[in-house]
Amino acid sequence: MSLTGVTLIKDLRLEWRSKDAINSMLFFALLVVVIFSFSFDPTAEESRQIAGGLIWVAFLFAAVVALNQTWAREIRNQVLDAYRVSPAPANSLFLAKASGNFIFVLVLEALMTPLFVVFYNLRALGPAWQLPIVALLGTWALVVNGTFFAAMSLRTRSREIMLPLLLFPISLPAVLAMVEATTSILTGEYSAKFWIVLLAAYDLVFTTGCLLLFDIVLNAE
Amino acid sequence: MKRVFPILGLLTAGLLSYALYLALVVAPTEQTMGDVQRIFYYHVPSAWTAFLLFFVNFIASVIYLLRRSPKADIIALVAAEVGVVFCTVVLVTGPIWARPVWGIWWTWDLRLTLTLVLWLIYVSYLILRRFSTSGQTPQLAAVLAILGALDVPLVYFSIWFFRTQHPQPVIGGGGSIDPRMMHVLLINWAAFSCFAFLVFWSRYRLEVLKRELEDTQALEDLLESPRSVR
Repeated sequence: MSLTGVTLIKDLRLEWRSKDAINSMLFFALLVVVIFSFSFDPTAEESRQIAGGLIWVAFLFAAVVALNQTWAREIRNQVLDAYRVSPAPANSLFLAKASGNFIFVLVLEALMTPLFVVFYNLRALGPAWQLPIVALLGTWALVVNGTFFAAMSLRTRSREIMLPLLLFPISLPAVLAMVEATTSILTGEYSAKFWIVLLAAYDLVFTTGCLLLFDIVLNAE
Repeated sequence: MKRVFPILGLLTAGLLSYALYLALVVAPTEQTMGDVQRIFYYHVPSAWTAFLLFFVNFIASVIYLLRRSPKADIIALVAAEVGVVFCTVVLVTGPIWARPVWGIWWTWDLRLTLTLVLWLIYVSYLILRRFSTSGQTPQLAAVLAILGALDVPLVYFSIWFFRTQHPQPVIGGGGSIDPRMMHVLLINWAAFSCFAFLVFWSRYRLEVLKRELEDTQALEDLLESPRSVR
């Protein structure tokens, strides 16, 4: 079995038993939904306009909670150091961690989206079948860079604050694309095609970039 | 080298004052915008300088990762620092001009947003350098600089999709400009480039000295430690 698969299954099993990441993400996202709902109290038409932004901001913040825990358990017993001296390629570790986070955030989205629909009375006027595509591409965009920068912020003082400071500026085009695509599908006013293509390009560029550079980050000393 | 520095300093001071005189007195007043348009002679050269410095940062980061030369790392750091300063000038002078001309301080237009995102990326670069432990800083920073540079075309296309409100670029953009204004702009650009180079150079020398000092101190501590144990 490939190294990526082994690491991924180990992470999923750990998460299944502890449910640390998913619980904290879920509760955090729930709080964000409730607070937004209180502070805006929109009508059905308004909520169609703003829901794309609200949903993705909630998921972005919640994802940071999970991403920050990605590497934490590898540090505790010097697992990461052991990994570094082993001949295993760094990229398979990175891919396993990124896929793990991808699954966590997708589970979060699957659970939270119904809540959003209920709280904001959402109904898509555009082609709703495009929403899962946007969700998959957008989540990967957040998670691939998030996993990378989480590994980077391990090497800094005040880790937990560093991750969003590094992740958010770079993610701006992806966030814009996700929000615009979701809004255009919900309102049905214009096509989301450009934004989906942009998200795919973003995923391609940064997956390649992260895979090329992860070795340096893992072995930096 | 030591003699070149003051000469260059004097030259830059002279050029900057000449450029100021040109921009405030000699350049013709713009017909519709009036005197507020003169901020353009600072806004545009600062933008060019900032983008050039960010490009230098990218090249130096790539060279650092390939060759691991400390000089490339210092150049990358200094280029980012000075670039952020000039980029801040762009972001401050822009709204001052936009308020009387467009009637708004800020709009999410292509060039404005691109400049803002670049500023954010390079500020996060400087924060990373400040927060990471010293030995790993150059490598992590170089990696971030490369990812940041990859982001630029994506930011560009994402914002290009919106209607753009900014005046078309003066050079190569089809916008027309009075040749006298163009002359003043180029002189200002030369003055700003000299000024940026001067700041860049002195900051570079400062950083080299700082690292030499740190190395010497580390060496001294290493040599002295056995005595203190006894």
